[in-house]
Amino acid sequence: MDELRNKVKALLEAKTVNVVIGYEEGTGKKPRALFALKPEDSAKLIYDSRCVLNLAAYITKHEVKAKGKMAITATLPVMRSIIQLASEFQVNDNNLLVIGLTPDNQVIEFKNLAEVETFIHKFEISIDSKYKEALEKLDKMSRTDRWNWWINELAPCFKCYACRAACPMCYCHRCTVDFNQPQWIPVPSHELGNLEWHIMRAVHLTGRCIDCDACANACPLGIPINLLNKRLLEDAKKHFGGYQPMLKGDHMMSTYKPDDKENFIR
Amino acid sequence: MSDFEPRIVAFVCNWCTYAGADLTGTSRIKYASNVRIVRFPCTGRIDYMLLLKAFDEGADGVIVSGCHPNDCHYTSGNFHARRRWIMFRELCDLMGIDINRIQFSWVSAAEGSKWADVVNTTVTKIRELGPYTEYKKVANWPVKEVING
Repeated sequence: MDELRNKVKALLEAKTVNVVIGYEEGTGKKPRALFALKPEDSAKLIYDSRCVLNLAAYITKHEVKAKGKMAITATLPVMRSIIQLASEFQVNDNNLLVIGLTPDNQVIEFKNLAEVETFIHKFEISIDSKYKEALEKLDKMSRTDRWNWWINELAPCFKCYACRAACPMCYCHRCTVDFNQPQWIPVPSHELGNLEWHIMRAVHLTGRCIDCDACANACPLGIPINLLNKRLLEDAKKHFGGYQPMLKGDHMMSTYKPDDKENFIR
Repeated sequence: MSDFEPRIVAFVCNWCTYAGADLTGTSRIKYASNVRIVRFPCTGRIDYMLLLKAFDEGADGVIVSGCHPNDCHYTSGNFHARRRWIMFRELCDLMGIDINRIQFSWVSAAEGSKWADVVNTTVTKIRELGPYTEYKKVANWPVKEVING
């Protein structure tokens, strides 16, 4: 912890960066995002297993960007998000410095995003066995049961869009659901809109989601919406050999292979 | 159930399947009249939301059709579409949407008889499956009329 705090303090003292995004103690034992602007703010920094918020969601916000160069304390999923965002031209080396918090509790100050990329590629994106079991259970149900299960699970959703706000990949200034001419997705809390919103969210994250679970953690109603993303991650592996965020190269869904295999087109 | 006439929406590309369906007509091949054709510039333009909207509006089945691989007027639209359909189909299956009601096909401008066959087999299949009551139950809600005016 001291190592992290000292690093952040040094960065702010030397004015290498103007703001450091990290975790601080919040209310209700839930850590929240800290935007450290002064060297003494570094004392508030914390990092432990409760820090599941994906901080990469903040780096595309214009309020944060307006502060100038930033540094971010990044866990493995956050680093993956950063590389995905960099590949979508949302951040670059000139405006972001990454302080990596590795799975084995080391603090690494990366010189550039290419180093971050090399680091994250050492770890494969793998789905937790707990979720694998949940998906298998769903697969074993009949189709109608599955339909009823989802309608039931999604029923409490009132589209607060906390899942969208927590997701670093949902950075569009105007989301499809914000448009009302035409109103693609009905806004009231009703089965139809709920279903369509969650399908839309999952489809837009296909090939981009890096499995950080921030959406499910952010959901005030505890709806397991990340199951959809996890299934699509598995399917990406099954059909197209999976993906890892990369600085250069094509995204899974913006490219194709002439010999992509399917068995349902006549 | 015998007097159930399925309503089917076909999303087709302008360059192949639409021309193919035209050929079916000019060749005077008779096929089921349950299908409403919607023309798109390319299969790459056919958004998954449109499929969902078709079900919202009471379709019992959907046909999505375009140029064969390598025949796309825009060189790669159908390849991109294919990737998207593969993923979208898996997602629909997980959510319990009946993927048997969505028929994907490649029909070229020269395949007038294939288009008739695709439509006829889909209509037969949907007739066996019956009306898509599950989705209609969810889609028919009071506020819908207010929103649509």
